[in-house]
Amino acid sequence: MQKSLLLGVEAIAQGAIDGGMSGVYAYPGTPSTEITEYIQHSKQAQQLNIHRDWAANEKTAMESALGMSYAGKRSMVCMKHVGLNVAADCFMNAAITGANGGMLIVVADDPSMHSSQNEQDSRVYGKFAMMPILEPSNQQEAYDMARFGFELSEACEIPVLMRITTRLAHSRAGVTRAAEVVAQNDMKLPEDKVQFVLLPGIARKRYKLLLNNQAKFETASEESPYNSYTEGTDKSMGIIACGLGYNYLMENYPNGDCPYPVVKISQYPIPRTMIQKITSECDKVMVLEEGYPVVEEMLKGYLEKEAVIGRLDGTLSRDGELKPEMVGRALGFDVEEGAEVPNLVSARPPALCVGCSHIDVYTALNEVVAEYGEGRVFADIGCYTLGALPPFNAINSCVDMGASVTMAKGAADAGLIPSVAVIGDSTFTHSGMTGLLDAVNEKTPITVIISDNESISMTGGQHSSAKGKLEAICEGLGVEPEHLHVLTAVPKKRDDLKDLLRKEFEYQGVSVIIPRRVCVQKNVRDQKIKKAAKAKAAAKA
Amino acid sequence: MKTDMVIAGVGGQGILSIAAALGSAALDNDLYMKQAETHGMSQRGGDVQSFMRISDKPIYSDLIPRGGADIILSVEPMEALRYLPYLKQGGYVVTNSTPFVNIPDYPEMEELEKTIKDLPNYVLIDADQIAEETTGSKRAFNFVMLGAASPFIDVPFEYLEEGIRKIFERKGEEVIEMNIKALHAGRKFAEENK
Repeated sequence: MQKSLLLGVEAIAQGAIDGGMSGVYAYPGTPSTEITEYIQHSKQAQQLNIHRDWAANEKTAMESALGMSYAGKRSMVCMKHVGLNVAADCFMNAAITGANGGMLIVVADDPSMHSSQNEQDSRVYGKFAMMPILEPSNQQEAYDMARFGFELSEACEIPVLMRITTRLAHSRAGVTRAAEVVAQNDMKLPEDKVQFVLLPGIARKRYKLLLNNQAKFETASEESPYNSYTEGTDKSMGIIACGLGYNYLMENYPNGDCPYPVVKISQYPIPRTMIQKITSECDKVMVLEEGYPVVEEMLKGYLEKEAVIGRLDGTLSRDGELKPEMVGRALGFDVEEGAEVPNLVSARPPALCVGCSHIDVYTALNEVVAEYGEGRVFADIGCYTLGALPPFNAINSCVDMGASVTMAKGAADAGLIPSVAVIGDSTFTHSGMTGLLDAVNEKTPITVIISDNESISMTGGQHSSAKGKLEAICEGLGVEPEHLHVLTAVPKKRDDLKDLLRKEFEYQGVSVIIPRRVCVQKNVRDQKIKKAAKAKAAAKA
Repeated sequence: MKTDMVIAGVGGQGILSIAAALGSAALDNDLYMKQAETHGMSQRGGDVQSFMRISDKPIYSDLIPRGGADIILSVEPMEALRYLPYLKQGGYVVTNSTPFVNIPDYPEMEELEKTIKDLPNYVLIDADQIAEETTGSKRAFNFVMLGAASPFIDVPFEYLEEGIRKIFERKGEEVIEMNIKALHAGRKFAEENK
């Protein structure tokens, strides 16, 4: 069969479509965004009427996916690793309710923090929730395991976490698709009518069931086609390679002649029999895993009596992605690197685009803030976080989605007045609204700038849930109309913006200023789409 | 048959079209390929790279190991040097000479050119100008660059033409021809100047 050239994320998307999925729910976040985008652009998904609109945030997405599973259909929810923090309340409890229709929770981690605030490892969450975890090592497995994940979820009656990392997410390879597409489930409500009612009395029973099912999950891992034990001749060391770690191991043995016994893990809980065999037969064990030393810590124990090496003892770097040469060195190979980077090479950090509306906002804001003294601007997650870099150096915080509004509030409570929040339109509807309600209820003197470019821009211009709704939301939350302002973010209106900022900085209550202009990148894309549609219509006529 | 290539540039320069043509060529000819790319924050004018691996044997790692790349193909001269630690001994640096200046501390061109010319194996090519001369538009400069790297890529040249044909299939014969012309012009320059 003809292979398709797919990114890891696209392979998951196609695997889920072919695996009988009825809906995907997600909020964009690198490196997970293209899973949902692929489904949105798929004609097959359109024909199958698969749900594929963006959600307001990861929590609403996961809850909707759980609702679809409740109704007996297969659902998928996708997010980046920090998105799982937002959805964690639902995630932890979904392990207790269990699933009805198969439910796949895909979380894309970003070790080395290419586009993130931290490099948390979602396998820790999976273990915390006591949920089965899948960790594909290549694009073909990513495709196959999406379908497999639905089956596993239905067989074990629990949502299944699929954890990937940046390199697999954004690397392309040929993928062979399954010959047959699985039909979507019919709607079928849970047989146990209180399965999803987590009142203490019921939750206790469900939790016991989850604990009892751990053995079943372990058996599934032992029998999984994605876990394997390969014998080796040199038992001075055994190797446990998780997910992508397996690739970096084999990269160092291009002829497949690794002398050590190897356990490849792509499904958790870890397969106990294989682990027992390799630890008892080998003098020591090296653990190769992308992210946190999750498996290494399990095997090593607190007293560190066991001969386990990996990221904890410095054999491999404790932080950042695994690299093939890093694994090569750990295996004792001489790795010869190329020449050093010449000194004249300058750093080229990302920057706001030419003509970006955030530039107008920061230019005006910086001038006015200078009049009051620096250190009072709390920002958020999005393109405008680049305001932290020169030439703007405009912001003093970037922590999590929505934290701008609430950190400004806390700082104002502490006496930092004026205190300013800078947040984007989509981040505001993701997690900023509730914080604004807190401030309104207490009449906290803060100025919130919603820098509205009518798009989720950093991840590629997805539809913003906030579009056309910001004024109504703010008024609905109780922002006083005379302290709610909208203006166009263009260079010639910068003086107007400065006047507004000065005026509202003096107001001892909540002010919201919305500078608005569509993202320049989104605008170009929209024009292209319009032009193409016009050409198509003309061709038809 | 195996080629590992780092493709380098600046977010927005479109290095992924080079990777796409190569990837399509590899797949249609039953070769194994893996191609890792940069998405997200760096696409906003930051340095971006794609790791392209083609082989007739299975490929494991999505990343090219440091000291393992056969070629650095850069559509921007300073970016070519950023990936030198990845280049193996005897590997080739093929780079566009037209700078993309979006930072205040971009190095002096003379010094930059000298550093490139001190490398043991390089092709320094003004892809923007060659694209304009041969096709009347700078837009095809990416395929001038692929052409310039082609003598060092262990894949038959016709495969690259096929790859271009495939990825521009929907854009029509004119666009295909323009990019294939650019590919040939790049190759010719490299053959004469390597």
